[in-house]
Parts: sequence; C-alpha cells; structure tokens
Amino acid sequence: MLREITLGQYYPADSILHKLDPRVKITGAFLYIISMFMFENYAGYLLAALFLTIMIKLSRVPFSFMVRGLRAVVILILITVFFNLFLTPGEPLFQLWRFTITKEGLQSALKMVLRLTFLILGSSIMTLTTTPNALTDGMERLLRPMRIFRLPVHEIAMMMSIALSFIPILTEETDKIMKAQMARGADFESGNILKRVRSLVPLLVPLFISAFRRAGDLALAMEARCYRGGDGRTKMKPLSYKKRDRIAYAVIVLYLILVVVIRRV
Amino acid sequence: MSIIVNHLSYVYSQDTAYAVKALKDISFQVEDGEFIGLLGSTGSGKSTLIQHLNGLLTPTEGSVYYNGEDIFEKDYDRRLLRSRVGLVFQYPEHQLFEADVFSDVCFGPKNLGLSKSECELRAYEALKLVGIKDEEFYVSPFDLSGGEKRRTAIAGVLAMKPEVLILDEPTAGLDPKGREEILSLIRRIREDTGMTVILVSHSMSDVAENTERLLVMYQGQLVLDDTPRRVFSEADYMREIGLDIPQVTKVLWGLRKRGFPVRTDAITLAEAKAQIMRLF
Repeated sequence: MLREITLGQYYPADSILHKLDPRVKITGAFLYIISMFMFENYAGYLLAALFLTIMIKLSRVPFSFMVRGLRAVVILILITVFFNLFLTPGEPLFQLWRFTITKEGLQSALKMVLRLTFLILGSSIMTLTTTPNALTDGMERLLRPMRIFRLPVHEIAMMMSIALSFIPILTEETDKIMKAQMARGADFESGNILKRVRSLVPLLVPLFISAFRRAGDLALAMEARCYRGGDGRTKMKPLSYKKRDRIAYAVIVLYLILVVVIRRV
Repeated sequence: MSIIVNHLSYVYSQDTAYAVKALKDISFQVEDGEFIGLLGSTGSGKSTLIQHLNGLLTPTEGSVYYNGEDIFEKDYDRRLLRSRVGLVFQYPEHQLFEADVFSDVCFGPKNLGLSKSECELRAYEALKLVGIKDEEFYVSPFDLSGGEKRRTAIAGVLAMKPEVLILDEPTAGLDPKGREEILSLIRRIREDTGMTVILVSHSMSDVAENTERLLVMYQGQLVLDDTPRRVFSEADYMREIGLDIPQVTKVLWGLRKRGFPVRTDAITLAEAKAQIMRLF
C-alpha cells in the first residue's frame, strides 16, 4: 500500500556512479544545477542534455524509474509554462481569448521546462546512486568549514541521518497500523473530506505514540553507548578520495569549461 | 466449508528492484470450528499469508474463498469480511488510540454501523470475555499493564463478533504469566463461542498444547499440514527449517537415548508426564 512511496529514493545497482565518493556527487549535482543558469543559447541545452544522458547511462538506473521523480513536480512545471507562455511580452504569434502567446513566451517556456527537467533529473541521479547515509556523511564533511561560524555541522548531519533512517521505519509502521485499524473495520478511502480527516485519528494517535517511543529508545541507546556529540568522534569508514573520484572531478570541471565556452559562442 | 486458499502467490513491490516473492503457490482449506497453529521461522511468510485471509492484501496470483465466495471478486464486501474474519496483529496494543478502554473496544462495532446500544453491549461482552475489570473500563488504555493492553486490543476485534479469529503471535513480548493468560483466554473463547481459531506462533509448546492441526511454512511455501503429533515426529526436518520440537518431546528423546523405554511421540506436558511416570 504505502510501499509505493519512494523517499530518499536510493536505487541499488553496481555502477561507477554508485561507487563514487558522496562528496563528488554532491558537488557535481550542485555545479550542474548552477551551470543550468549559465547559458542562454540552445547549444548549451544540448550540452547539458548530453552530459545528463551520459550520467544516466553510467548510473545503470532504469530511465523509467528516474522519470517517476518528475511526476511529483509536473504541476510546478505546468504553472511555470503557463506564466512564461502567456505573460511574456514580445512578438505575438496567436491569440487565445484574452491571452496572447508570443514568440519570446514560447521560447522561454520551452527553456524553463528543459531547465526544470534537467535540474530534477540531475539531482535525482545523486539521490538514486547514493545511500542516505553516504549522503549525510558527504554533507557533514563538505560543511565542516562552517564550524568556524559555530554551525553545529555534526549535529545537523546526525539529525538528518536519523530522520532519513526513520522514514522507512515509520512508513512500515503507518502501513501496519492502517491495516490493524482496517481489520477493525476502519475506512480510510471513502466519505467527504471531514469524514476522511476524522478517520485519520485512529492512525495518527498510535503513530505519534510509537514515534515518541522510538525516539526515546534511540536517545537512551545512544547515551548508553556514550554518544556526546561530534567533538573528538572518529568515523568507522572515513571518506577518502580515490583515483576515480579525481577523474570525476576532472570530468565536472571539463563540463563547466565547455559550458563557459559554449556560452560565448 | 469455511476458508479455501487456492494456489495463492504474493510478490512484494512487484516490478521494482526490491521485488520479493513472499508466498509461493499455497493451497489449504480451513473447516468451521478448527483450531489451527501456523508455524514458521521469521520471514517465512506467515504474516503475509494471514493478511490475505481477510482481504488486506490482494494476491498476485491465486484466490481465497470464504464460505464459497471469492473474496477478491470486484464487488465483494471486504469490510464486512473483516468483521467475520477477525485479525489480531502482532503487538495489537500499538493500535489503541481512544481516550478510554471502553470507547476503543467500541471502535470495531461502530465501524460496522451498529446502533450505539448494540456497540456498547458488544464492547461490554468482549471486555468481560477477556477479563478486564469494570473499574478499568474508563481509564486510558495507555495506563494499563502490558498484558491488559493486549487483552483490550483483542477485545477490540472480538467485539465485532467474528466467525474466524486469527492471532499473529499473541504472546510475543509478554512474561510467562501474561502468556498463560492470553493462551487460556484463547481456549476459553473457543469453548464459549466455537469460533475457528488460527494461532500464529513461534512457540512449539504453545501450539502443541493447544491446536489440533499445524500448518508449517518455510520460505514462502506451505511445507507441512498435519496433526501436531505427526508434524513434531519430523524432528530433524523441523530443525532444518529453523523450527524445533516442544521442550517435553526433547526430554523424552534424551531419556530414550540414555536407555529408558519411553515413547517419543508425546508433545504435551501431560502426555510426557504419563510416559515418565510409567518408568516408576
């Protein structure tokens, strides 16, 4: 039932992208997103699409699985198209009732759709090929310099990884409680909105109780093992760059150079 | 003719990278009034199987019939089915949510659309049946002891007056006293109502002492379906699939090995005692 929801959607596969250091992937995705806003001409889009296609091929994640992530933002994309299409002033192409579609509007709508799609696919390559734990590890390491601004980097990373690891647990728990209440005749699917909201009480109360119980247990277990925050704490698997990571950085830099060059063309 | 399971298969997360075959071609039949034990090691598919019996999960292949009707037929009323085939989940106390014990037990009957007085009558009967005292009817369910919470949750299912009662590891996580309370409760329910009972369990002695027929699952398949005595005579096979034989049967095997002339087919404490007393 709820198993269909993929959050923190890691897709296990044996590919070069899966093996890369999470820091490379985070930096790569970040720079790729920035590169999206560096070009205006179609050659730039072509280059970005090419880069993306190669990465998707390398990741060995089925394209159909990747596209699922796009479904969630279809509405956002549609709204963007709508505004760009109808509200961009310029040379009119044709008229629909009160709205005028301009040539510039059509172009900027198309560009926005491409940008958003690339942006989402690009970042989902990162989340699909990196386990949530590796992702937070990478974040923690990358944000370490921020400690001089008294940002509790380790604590933030710890909270993130706890939150992420609780998602599947709570999803399963929700599924279980839902079924237990359905076995007692509860109905979560029919009725008007008020009835449906009320039908959630038998689900939410046990879920909150269980979440608090789990949080308490976890805190106790961490303290029993002398957890006292990040200071002086070492890692079991410290992140270290390998040859492939340096090559990956080189590829990213090469891509950025190409973007800058193409921009001038 | 009560429940017929016909070539049932189930795959979790089908068509994804995480697809798991949880049930493989399972067929059996449950007659009215039977007391059945369902055994299997962790991950053998017991819980998945019982969720098909009241229509919570829809099979990937195969079908389930209740009183001659296919429960996965499009217009079959599965909500009504769930009141006929009562399912008590593992740790059922985790589903309690109301402000007091009595209203929580009323939840099931209320969902059946019964009148207020009928709901209250059923809740009262169910709570009496599981042995909750009157003075505890209006306290918060979260203030009860572990055993009482569990009995309240079982009452929540009983209040719907099911014809079949399925319990998923009802004694898990309880102390010996709590376990015995739940088991004697199940025996009492059966004697009072003649309900069909399916008891999912990890404890060999619990099922040996109580049930008349055992279904044994291993890696999503139904590997044995026989009387407890015959099932537990396959001691080596049971161990091979991660299960065991009752403690008392083991004692008798030990005595036999040391040269005492005892029979090893005793599976309950009383039978074993009779065998051992014969030696004197």
